[in-house]
Amino acid sequence: MTESDSILRRIIDHKNRANPYPLYAELRETPVYHDADGPYVISHYYDILSLLHDPRVSSDARNLASTANDPLAGSEQEEPAALPPGFLRLDPPEHDRLRRITNRPFGPPHSPRRVDGMRGELDEIVKDLIDGITDPDNVDLVEQVSYPFPVTVICRLLGVPREDEARFHVWADTLAASLDPAPGDDLEERNQVTQAARMELGMYLAGLIEERHKNPKDDMLSQLAAGYGQDETMTTMELLSTSALLLIAGHETTVNLITNGMLTLLRHPEYLEKLREDPGLAAPLVEELLRYEPPVQLVPQRSTLADIEVHGVTIPKGSSLWLVLAAGNRDPQRFPDPDRFDPYRKDIEHLGLGSGIHSCFGAPLARLEAQLALSELARRLENPRLLEDPPPYRQNAVLRGPRHLHVACDGIRA
Amino acid sequence: MHDSTLEQLKRSGRIVVVGASLAGLRAAETLREKGFTGTLTMIGDEPHQPYDRPPLSKQVLLGRSPAEHTALPRRRDIDAEWRLGSAATGLDMAARRVRLADGDEVPYDRLLIATGVRARPWPHPAEAELDGVFVLRTRDDGAALARRMADGPRRVLVIGAGFTGSEIASACRERRLDVTVAERGDAPLVGALGGVVGAVAAELQRENGVDLRTGVMVTGLEGDSAGRVRCAHLSDGSTIEAEIVVVSLGATRNTEWLAGSGLGAGPRGIACDAGCRAFDIRGIVTDDIYVAGDVARSPHPLFGYQFLSLEHWGNAVSQAETAAHNMLSESTERRPHIWVPAFWSTQFGVNIKSVGVPSMGTEIVISQGSRAERRFTGVYGYQGRVIGAVTFDNARWLPFYEKLIETTAPFPPTFDNVDRRPEGRQAMPADFPDPSVPTHGPTVTLSGYSPADRRMTFTPGR
Repeated sequence: MTESDSILRRIIDHKNRANPYPLYAELRETPVYHDADGPYVISHYYDILSLLHDPRVSSDARNLASTANDPLAGSEQEEPAALPPGFLRLDPPEHDRLRRITNRPFGPPHSPRRVDGMRGELDEIVKDLIDGITDPDNVDLVEQVSYPFPVTVICRLLGVPREDEARFHVWADTLAASLDPAPGDDLEERNQVTQAARMELGMYLAGLIEERHKNPKDDMLSQLAAGYGQDETMTTMELLSTSALLLIAGHETTVNLITNGMLTLLRHPEYLEKLREDPGLAAPLVEELLRYEPPVQLVPQRSTLADIEVHGVTIPKGSSLWLVLAAGNRDPQRFPDPDRFDPYRKDIEHLGLGSGIHSCFGAPLARLEAQLALSELARRLENPRLLEDPPPYRQNAVLRGPRHLHVACDGIRA
Repeated sequence: MHDSTLEQLKRSGRIVVVGASLAGLRAAETLREKGFTGTLTMIGDEPHQPYDRPPLSKQVLLGRSPAEHTALPRRRDIDAEWRLGSAATGLDMAARRVRLADGDEVPYDRLLIATGVRARPWPHPAEAELDGVFVLRTRDDGAALARRMADGPRRVLVIGAGFTGSEIASACRERRLDVTVAERGDAPLVGALGGVVGAVAAELQRENGVDLRTGVMVTGLEGDSAGRVRCAHLSDGSTIEAEIVVVSLGATRNTEWLAGSGLGAGPRGIACDAGCRAFDIRGIVTDDIYVAGDVARSPHPLFGYQFLSLEHWGNAVSQAETAAHNMLSESTERRPHIWVPAFWSTQFGVNIKSVGVPSMGTEIVISQGSRAERRFTGVYGYQGRVIGAVTFDNARWLPFYEKLIETTAPFPPTFDNVDRRPEGRQAMPADFPDPSVPTHGPTVTLSGYSPADRRMTFTPGR
């Protein structure tokens, strides 16, 4: 590694996790950043947006020519016995088919009210969690609200027993960590651990799906297992990897959205107060959060199927591409005063949920969860303040968020 | 114009907008947005506040939304004087006055014409009068047709398989009504998208139970003694029994009221420059008259400066915003309207979108997906460059193709991309109808030379 590529190292380095935004600004000085045989790193809003809609860009790891010097490489090599990739890591037509089938029990046109129909249930879950806070002097919002909330929701939606959470939490953690290059780790060993976790999760889900075949319930696993009355169905392996994808994505992203949200609000108490007065502010506020502190900071798993010119630079066919969504979201060419948190921003087409065919599948659910959790927290926490700023962060540079968020308040409102 | 005059116009001038639909409303909103505080008059021939048309052939016909619930959302208060239900009947350019049907005259300092188009009626007036014969353009049309469809007619006949006709046929099938579509061309949508894509649309219709007749003309409509439409005669000698006939033969531009005004207005619309300023009959650009929306014809730099008139929702919005901006700007501050044409339709459960001008294309490549799966992207080529693209259930890729069009990328595209199939590596003729032979659109021919005396004649089958 040469001196000039140290910026990627610095972005990955855990000690810069709390505030990577100055590094992203530095990165934007070189719109197509590339060093030696490392990845091509894209940080400007419009470049990212157009690459997300560029059919010459693949999400399928098998198209990557070489990962020699890719700091995130290592998680790419799949073993033959492992689960096939979920649709997140597939291109059309396979991607389209799997995503389409998965969407039938989840969203319009087949299930238009699925997410909104969960509103009451979600509200109750969040209220119960906040009711469970016993010591207002020291609340860890991650442990007590922003982690258990989306996990409970995804379990109910899929039909995964909440009691098993402790088991798949470990697998989910391992798989999320595989996205991140923990410096100094033995890649080979980590690969094996990752694959083992995928397999164990797959076996676990296979058992549940087998059960649902026999005794269908009103949950997504049952509907996916039954094929939802359509001619297109998934193979068993596809069903397993899709369920694993939903379970993990439902685990690891909304947690950060809610935690980053509370952290941001505690740093901007005037908006916390406004949200308390007007829960209607939750919707635009969550959009601004997705711009300002996106839970998925970058998309490191794309590759080029052809030579692509970006910003005057030709990225050769077979290159690894990183799209730094969080840098694009703070691109001053796109958003005026981008480092300012402003929930009243009108023009807010952020990249927080991606764009194009891989745009976040769970977006409607994630938005609703974050809106409900933040407005409920704003309403009920009395005079909350941060006990630690910045809070300790998780290792992951891709799925970035605090590990704990310790807060003290004067009490919990009814 | 001197600065002070412009300031005065902004502060206390009189702006008249003729046409109270999408383009008129968005222009009015933009004028206020830009600080125009003078008098704003909105003239519309229909009695309704501005409403949205795309739902009329979709949600309204499906009975999912009443026609009255299609009011256009407002971006802001426009504080206008509304003259609804009274059509503009004349224009005195020298005196700067618009004449209304009720005899009133409205003076202006700046005029915006956004009178749009109307449905081309069935050419035989007596037959067009029959009970059960419809066109679909206005809210009232939509409400009346939806009401009649809800009565459960035995069969609906749709004349013309352009986008509107195809959407009507789709709504019929979704309501489980028997429907026949009669189309002069060889396939539905052939005028807009060519025969290669038209063939997919034809399959789609037939698979969904539409009785699709192509290469035929309806030669006459026949009513019963009570004056209700009973059947239609086709040029192939067959007869279709139908209780509802929807005439869907394209649109006519609302420019008749400008005849004799000296403005360059005719059956093909009102010619204007890229800044939306109307031409007069001598081809000289006016300073105070602007046009926007379906009725406008403006030169597009990206398409060889061809004068394009686009019946596209997004074009109406964008052109209205540009016109409003330019009305209140110094010449150096004016902006061109260089919107890349884009269009969408939903029929038989398929989302169809296009960008660019596919109908200029001579060749097509299926660059992603496959026609057999009804999920694909078709790229149109013209003289070695990409000129347009269409997607069937594949719209998320469209911005990429729009950029290819904007940057005059070479055609056919040779690069690898996701979802490219073996069949999609070969360009083929796009198969548009010979423009000299009328299809569903040009069943009307034009005669005359100057825009003011250009006349339109209905041309029956050859």
